[in-house]
Amino acid sequence: MSEFGIKVEGVSHSYAGRSGASTVALKETNLEIARNEFHALLGPSGCGKSTLLYLIGGFIPVQKGAIRTPAGVVSAPGPDRGIVFQNFALFPWKTVLENVVYGLRKQGRSKPEAEERARHYIKMVQLAGFENHFPSQLSGGMQQRAAIARTLAVDPDILLMDEPFGALDAQTRRVMQEELRSIWRNSPKTVVFVTHDVHEAVFLADRISIMSARPGRIEHLVETELGMERDDGVIASKRYVELCERIWALVREQAISASRGEH
Amino acid sequence: MQLVIRYLPVAIFFLVWEIVTVTGLVSRQLLPGLEVIFSAFVGLVASGEFLFSAYKSLTRAAAGLGAAIVLGILIGLFMATNRIFLWLINPIVRIFYPMPKSALIPLVMIWFGLGDSSKVFLIFLGCLLPVIISTYNGARGVGQVLLWSASSLGASRFEILREVILPAALPDILAGCRTALAFSFILMVSSEFVIAKDGLGFLIGTLGDGGNYPAMFAVILAVAGIGFAADRLYAAFAASRLHWKEQS
Ligand SMILES: Nc1ncnc2c1ncn2[C@@H]1O[C@H](COP(=O)(O)OP(=O)(O)O)[C@@H](O)[C@H]1O
Ligand SMILES: [Mg+2]
Repeated sequence: MSEFGIKVEGVSHSYAGRSGASTVALKETNLEIARNEFHALLGPSGCGKSTLLYLIGGFIPVQKGAIRTPAGVVSAPGPDRGIVFQNFALFPWKTVLENVVYGLRKQGRSKPEAEERARHYIKMVQLAGFENHFPSQLSGGMQQRAAIARTLAVDPDILLMDEPFGALDAQTRRVMQEELRSIWRNSPKTVVFVTHDVHEAVFLADRISIMSARPGRIEHLVETELGMERDDGVIASKRYVELCERIWALVREQAISASRGEH
Repeated sequence: MQLVIRYLPVAIFFLVWEIVTVTGLVSRQLLPGLEVIFSAFVGLVASGEFLFSAYKSLTRAAAGLGAAIVLGILIGLFMATNRIFLWLINPIVRIFYPMPKSALIPLVMIWFGLGDSSKVFLIFLGCLLPVIISTYNGARGVGQVLLWSASSLGASRFEILREVILPAALPDILAGCRTALAFSFILMVSSEFVIAKDGLGFLIGTLGDGGNYPAMFAVILAVAGIGFAADRLYAAFAASRLHWKEQS
């Protein structure tokens, strides 16, 4: 691996519970993601995927270990790491255009410049014509497109995505997956994509980390080697089907031990 | 048409009023007829007494309410974002909230005397708490992901407060201010009733004491009408501020 994108070094994380008992969400996790790699974090619900993503984002403080990016050791959120959440997290009182402009203005761009750039990204996510709509006037898929535009517009080196298509219906989801992959191909970034959907991980990612049941660790690392182009042809390919089966077996193992409360 | 249906019960109310007075079911001393009340109202307006009282009262209410809204929003926001401030202020707010502020009238009279400041202060106190509590609840309820999104887009802590927490809490803040608006009318009249030399509450009190019931009823109905109009106007304003919410 020539250039690194993200290094997770011996990171543990526990949440303080109400009654003094604490939940260990991550234990001694190590992971290295290459620059401009599309990386999927896969694992059963509750295994600590979001926790790891939020740690990389700097949203929750690193308790033990360290997380490095080319910009330095992570200690706080920053515009070098953009994030997209499952529930879009758009500012509901701002229009699509205003949402996308927000981060651009924080970068010190003038209003006309920010708006021009915002319009470009809105077009890229196929929302042209909806600039002046409020999030409440859009479907879930459109809201997520807007959220992606808002994040991409500030041009982060790292794109963090927490089950971004989890709230969308199956058709919209597939379309969004293809578009995301092609956006990423046109302007490569280090992507960490959290999902519990095996097909989604295999379809999108270059490499997949499969996390163990809680407390989470990276249990397996799989290279998809499905090539750059991802389309219906890939889904029909033998390699894709085999990979899904193999990875599904690995995830199942963890899901079963999670439901039995092992570890 | 919808408007007619909505306010039909009000018309029925006045109709029943008219019937019981005209038929003599209720003594005219206790409940004057509507036409008597109306002519008394015309008299009060013509003499300038009503407008002067309304001016006095409404400026007091506006001053107390305005100060309460500004300070209440600030206090509520700081409670939601600063633990130490919350620890300091929260118990006082919670204990003070359910207490009827009119119980403070004698005390406020000693502190501030009979001038405007005593009424303004009382209205301010009464309106402050609903604004604080609604702002605090609204600000506390802002989704974590909104705050995280803003900070990852490069917003500072102060910018997050002003550009994310404040607008996200706006629906709650506006609802709290509506409660405060109603409180301001109640406190305006009740405080002027006890400690004042002028104002609508004072006018009601002196007309009642003087046995001029038609004029007293006229002022009471006028206060109800002004309060109602203020609430409708406010509701329209609030709705216009929240045009981004679900349009269904
Ligand atoms: N804020 C929190 N406070 C307490 N426990 C939490 C918190 N967030 C997550 N957890 C717990 O940590 C574990 C991992 O959570 P999370 O990272 O959200 O998992 P995933 O995203 O894989 O579903 C879960 O058991 C969850 O209940
Ligand atoms: Mg999660």
